[in-house]
Amino acid sequence: MISTALTDLWYGFGVALEPHNLMYCFLGVLVGNLVGVLPGMGPVATISILLPLTFGMHPVPAILMLSGVYYGAQYGGAICSILLNLPCHPPHAVTCLDGFPLTKQGKGGTALGITVIAAFVGASFGITEMIFLAPFLVKVALEFGPAEVCSLMLVGLLAGSTLAKGSPLKGIAMTVLGLLIGIVGSDIETGQPRFTFGITELFDGVEIIALALGMFGIAEFMNSINNTESVDMKYAKVGISDMFPSKADLKLAFWPMIRGTFLGSLCALIPGTGPTIASFVSYATEKKISKTPERFGHGAIEGVACPEASTHSSVQGDFIPTMSLGIPGDTVMALLLGALIIHGIVPGPQLISQHADIFWGLIASFWIGNILLVVLNVPMIGLWVKLLSIPYRYLYPSAMFFVCIGVYAASNDMFQVGETLVIGVVGYILLRLDFHPAPILLGFVLGPRFEENFRRSLLISRGDLMTFIERPISAFFLFICVVLIAAQIYVWLRKPKIVQEEKAIEQQVPAAPYSEVAG
Amino acid sequence: MSEKFTWKRDYYAGGLMLLLGVGAAVTGSGYKFGSLARMGPGFMPVVLGVVLAFLGILIAGTALGSSEPDDKKFLPDNPQWFGWFCILAGPVLFIIIGYYGGMIPAVFACVFVCALGDKTATYKSSLILASGVTVFGVILFHYLLNIPFPLLRGVNL
Repeated sequence: MISTALTDLWYGFGVALEPHNLMYCFLGVLVGNLVGVLPGMGPVATISILLPLTFGMHPVPAILMLSGVYYGAQYGGAICSILLNLPCHPPHAVTCLDGFPLTKQGKGGTALGITVIAAFVGASFGITEMIFLAPFLVKVALEFGPAEVCSLMLVGLLAGSTLAKGSPLKGIAMTVLGLLIGIVGSDIETGQPRFTFGITELFDGVEIIALALGMFGIAEFMNSINNTESVDMKYAKVGISDMFPSKADLKLAFWPMIRGTFLGSLCALIPGTGPTIASFVSYATEKKISKTPERFGHGAIEGVACPEASTHSSVQGDFIPTMSLGIPGDTVMALLLGALIIHGIVPGPQLISQHADIFWGLIASFWIGNILLVVLNVPMIGLWVKLLSIPYRYLYPSAMFFVCIGVYAASNDMFQVGETLVIGVVGYILLRLDFHPAPILLGFVLGPRFEENFRRSLLISRGDLMTFIERPISAFFLFICVVLIAAQIYVWLRKPKIVQEEKAIEQQVPAAPYSEVAG
Repeated sequence: MSEKFTWKRDYYAGGLMLLLGVGAAVTGSGYKFGSLARMGPGFMPVVLGVVLAFLGILIAGTALGSSEPDDKKFLPDNPQWFGWFCILAGPVLFIIIGYYGGMIPAVFACVFVCALGDKTATYKSSLILASGVTVFGVILFHYLLNIPFPLLRGVNL
């Protein structure tokens, strides 16, 4: 088994190192790092803008680039948190707690250095996990019939909506709304137009790019306009020489890094728990088992190493369910899945065997991309720090231009720009009503496949709903759903200690002046 | 339940979901429903609409039951009507001017108007930003990426 994995990986490196693919991988991580550093721009909006530009490309470089944006943004996001105390990217919010005190003590460079090391360690483990786990999952998943796929999707949807931030009830409502938006367009089997209200442009359904950019672009800018504090650059002076941590720091950071990596990779496997939750959980754990918990919050190097390692290992691990089962764990993964579908690739367990070049090329590109990111971040740290001082009033108008032209380029149709605008206004209203838009995208992407499989499984069973319980694997997934709901009710009624602790940490994190709502 | 009835934000949230759910179910009932074994195109919309309406009732209901005061109002503390207007006007101008005028004026107008929404923005700063983004955008999207969007309609550049 190991030898086949290594052969496949070798093949993957061959794909990823083709000059063309390598170039797009580099472009992806570069853009990712850039938007990670820039406060107020997130990977979701960036990937949506880039997506239409990949339509003419071969799917391999397209997917390599779009994925690169995601993990590249994680490297950039840490810089923002540590040097400016701005938790612009949810997975790095916890890093502020100890990262910024370190910066104030003049050790910001060390914190960044540790971050880069932790990131690389975490990512490496996440990738290794993917190499060995994904093919195994595929073996199991190839046995799935429509009923199993249906129940599995239900687990993914339920986990994605209840484990994310905010009220679980509202999360589920958003998922259902996403499923309904996914219905818009012609019915696959009968061709009957649904929810189109006679608008011909809607017959093909709602454009995923319009949905993502409306919810995570326009709504986001409306939320943060004139709501931003001036950025304090007082402490943000870092050179390359500051970035090499001392031996003592490394020793201090080593075990937290390993524990963070491990926790992150575990969180990645539970659908719905992305990097944000991983970083909070690992910070809380590290603080608990530390001999000197009072140092946390005042510049403990462990408090930087642990959540960062955990974030990165979770980010890479996030790709496992998406690539092997076709079930995305969070918004970015939903978007990438949408990108695969647009490129004509059917997601699901057959992806690895049918599109080996994409899967193994992607894994190999993760290694290459992470090495590129380390190289990008250490010598060029001065440049990234300078970028931090770009004020928001220049950023959002430029971003609005990218939103407009990106949506236009998707189908060369002005109608889509209008569609994005409407979705943006609706998204902002939902934001103000305390709904988190992330599950909408999840429901939207999975919706059509869910309906198709649901119909097919009931067609096979001649309308007998018991088929979902009689088939053991399907019954197991449904059992998980019940557990998820029961756990939520338990939390709601009892408010156990763990939740309170996490809430306490959440409250310590400085309020984000412009945070990305995707989490 | 508190004795004094106060409006909470979750009532609006629940109400909106109820409205959307009922709307979806009613619209969906216009399509063929079919049976469990042979589902028509109306099955999913109706079922999901009913579920959403039910969730809306639950959201409003849990807010009714909890004694916690509402922490936030629907409108933020300092509503940015002008800022919102500018952000929304940008894409509208992009559509109209892009349709009749072409890429250069559309991009310029969109960025210029969006930029004006910031409190600290001046006409001059917005002008400079809009010009810069237009030049950059035209080079990137027209010359490098070849997006089919004429620079100026009627003029062959």
